[in-house]
Amino acid sequence: MTYQASEQSSDPAITPVLSLDNITKIFPGVKALDGVELHLFAGEVTALIGENGAGKSTVVKTLTGIYQPDGGRIMLDGQPVQFPTPQNAADAGVTAIHQETVLFDELTVAENVYIGHAPKNRFGLIDTKAMHAKTTEILNSIGAPIDAGVKLKDLGIASRHLVAIARALSVEARVVIMDEPTAALSQTEIEELYELVDTLKAQGKAILFISHKFDEIFRIADRYTVFRDGQFVGAGKMSDVKEAELVQMMVGRAVDQLFPKRHAEVGDEVLKVVGYSHPTEFEDINFTLRRGEILGFYGLVGAGRSEFMQSLIGITRPSKGAVRIDDKVRVIRSPADAIKAGIVYVPEDRGKQGAILDMPIFQNVTLPSLHKTSRDGFIRLAEEFALAREYTERLDLRAASLDTNVGALSGGNQQKVVIAKWLATQPRVIILDEPTKGIDIGSKAAVHDFMSELAAQGLSVIMVSSEIPEILGMSDRVIVMREGRMAVELQGDDLSPETLVRHAVGIQAQGDAA
Amino acid sequence: MSHLKSREAILFGAILCLLFVVATRFPAFVAPGNLVAVFTDTSPLMILAMGQMAVILTRCIDLSVAANLALTGMVCAMINVAAPDLPVAVILAVSLAMGAMLGAINGILVWKLSIPPIVVTLGTMTIFRGIIFLLTEGKWINAHEMSPQFTGFPRADVLGMPVLGWIAVLVSIVMLVVMARTTLGRSIYAVGGNPHAAVYTGIDVGKTQFAAFVISGMLAGLTGYLWVARYSVAYVDIAGGFELDVVAACVIGGVSIAGGAGTVVGTLLGALFLGVVKNALPVVDISPFWQLAISGAAIIIAVAFNAQSGRSKGRVILKSAEHAQ
Repeated sequence: MTYQASEQSSDPAITPVLSLDNITKIFPGVKALDGVELHLFAGEVTALIGENGAGKSTVVKTLTGIYQPDGGRIMLDGQPVQFPTPQNAADAGVTAIHQETVLFDELTVAENVYIGHAPKNRFGLIDTKAMHAKTTEILNSIGAPIDAGVKLKDLGIASRHLVAIARALSVEARVVIMDEPTAALSQTEIEELYELVDTLKAQGKAILFISHKFDEIFRIADRYTVFRDGQFVGAGKMSDVKEAELVQMMVGRAVDQLFPKRHAEVGDEVLKVVGYSHPTEFEDINFTLRRGEILGFYGLVGAGRSEFMQSLIGITRPSKGAVRIDDKVRVIRSPADAIKAGIVYVPEDRGKQGAILDMPIFQNVTLPSLHKTSRDGFIRLAEEFALAREYTERLDLRAASLDTNVGALSGGNQQKVVIAKWLATQPRVIILDEPTKGIDIGSKAAVHDFMSELAAQGLSVIMVSSEIPEILGMSDRVIVMREGRMAVELQGDDLSPETLVRHAVGIQAQGDAA
Repeated sequence: MSHLKSREAILFGAILCLLFVVATRFPAFVAPGNLVAVFTDTSPLMILAMGQMAVILTRCIDLSVAANLALTGMVCAMINVAAPDLPVAVILAVSLAMGAMLGAINGILVWKLSIPPIVVTLGTMTIFRGIIFLLTEGKWINAHEMSPQFTGFPRADVLGMPVLGWIAVLVSIVMLVVMARTTLGRSIYAVGGNPHAAVYTGIDVGKTQFAAFVISGMLAGLTGYLWVARYSVAYVDIAGGFELDVVAACVIGGVSIAGGAGTVVGTLLGALFLGVVKNALPVVDISPFWQLAISGAAIIIAVAFNAQSGRSKGRVILKSAEHAQ
């Protein structure tokens, strides 16, 4: 199952500029990196490939001194080093262009490029003239015709990206990390970026290129490294590998017995979504959902799944499209409308969007159902407590008292409060966004078990997930989204890890001309 | 909730200590009659703090309360001058309605235009004072121009305490019920506690903030009449700077400036603490400068206390998930 890393050792004459050797990083309950290795060579582009949650961003943060590894070594020119702060990493010539570029709108291009290490004159003040000259020089070297004196807010997205790259180069970079650099760029801008990468290669920089998109990996990378679930899976030269092999490495694991999907009676149609579109985030979403069914939504980060779900429950407005519940058209303009219509959404970020930590358990649970336990705006405490008790007991929530603040509970119990809150509204359709993200295996099984139970009781479930085993194990049907559109709807024998990934990244394989 | 309860106990203890220290040097201060006088004197602060608490709980702030008080108070006085026979009940209704209207202006600007509350209320604070000047051209309305029933109402004695004190008690009870037992009160805590989560549960954040501003404005208007009547004078600058005392009472009382945490009882104790400091220190011959210093120190200690209790409370759900990728 593991692909041997034969390529690194085949050429012992070349020492990598920067290496990760057996690096481990542990967060409470999650091993984000488990003994991974990664080697970056001068004048070469190494692509880091993996599903969402494979540990790619953690690697970037480890390399740039934001995270400290819990085990293993970082090697610079074959010598072990430590990057206790981002400044140490920058001093060593390691620089990253992040997924969301961190720039300052109100500062000029030159100030952005040199923030933190501006050239000083002999009085210790910032030497503006030198800073502008150097910035112009760097911008010219990457072929970016940008005036160093303009404010960043006056630049377009592509130019901002070039500024971010110029900043990365301003620190005498030896290693340049590009984390999904093409995510926000148009096709011509992407071409320009490729040329820039070629320029950097020619200058002898070691480049780490993180991307989901197979076409660009094959276009510019010299080497690849694949991670899966925080573990090293394989590495080698791009010239020795085929797309299908990479896909296999990304997903290649047995779908285990973690998923106790009970076959629920799939009943009548409950929800029908027709032509749902948004000006920027997604377009033309159509599907139906039946009673007792679990419908999976798969896609890569940025495919528009969460954005669509938020629109479905009235957080944002669609530009067109209609929702029918039990064959009646329902207009959903706000989350309150959605709750009344019987659609509830358990958000992905349950910390930020889920519970109110300063509130007692019972108040959190009844918050969306207060209209049921109150008359004329006055809450009936006895009814409120009864409702809260019913649903917390159903979820087997253990707490000293329902009066305890949610902030005092463990993470797992906080999750239960959030789910109890939504079940208490007695919904028809429950949308679970990444229901098991970041929780340990044991709790995952409990969540899956519970999801099956909900479906068996006749609730319709939409599950947004980036985890292939979960999608395959739990869903009756799967919709794959790519770049805001439905790429494909799959069920039964069509469901396989390879098909999902192929549709999500947008490559067609033989015999799959759909 | 537990740290808030202990906070209330500490505050109550601090007030008792203060009274004890003062009593050792000036026993008459703790005579029941004088305590009632101190309570009555603190009543405007308590009433305003009740409204301010609601606003701060929703992550906003209302700096226009004192200006609203002055404007509404002036209008009540002018109505009284124009129609001395109008019953006090009508004046009370006018003060509540007008105060609510001024509060609604703040609320609309925050809700519909999404202007930061501190900017909105800083603006309306100045505008309200300006309007008083336009109405009166800077002239005062004095005791002899007001009708006896107008000025007498807040001072009338009922069961040993002036009406003003009883109104503070009534307002506190109403707010206690509103915050603990109504959907509005629950929404106010939810919006301040976690606005993102509140949106998902179907609560309209802006509308809830609007409601809090209306409550604050209504209570400021009510206090406007009571203030003008009690002191029997109305002019542009009455209660100048009082909004800061009101915010201070909330903060000392444990209302988190970040919203979502704070109680009616805590806020009342915060106001009473300031009231006792203000009334007791002159009696024991401590200079007004020390009074300011003590009030200031109390605010800083209270905020440090809030920050401390905030640090230990609440683990973030799925902390690891934020980093897991």
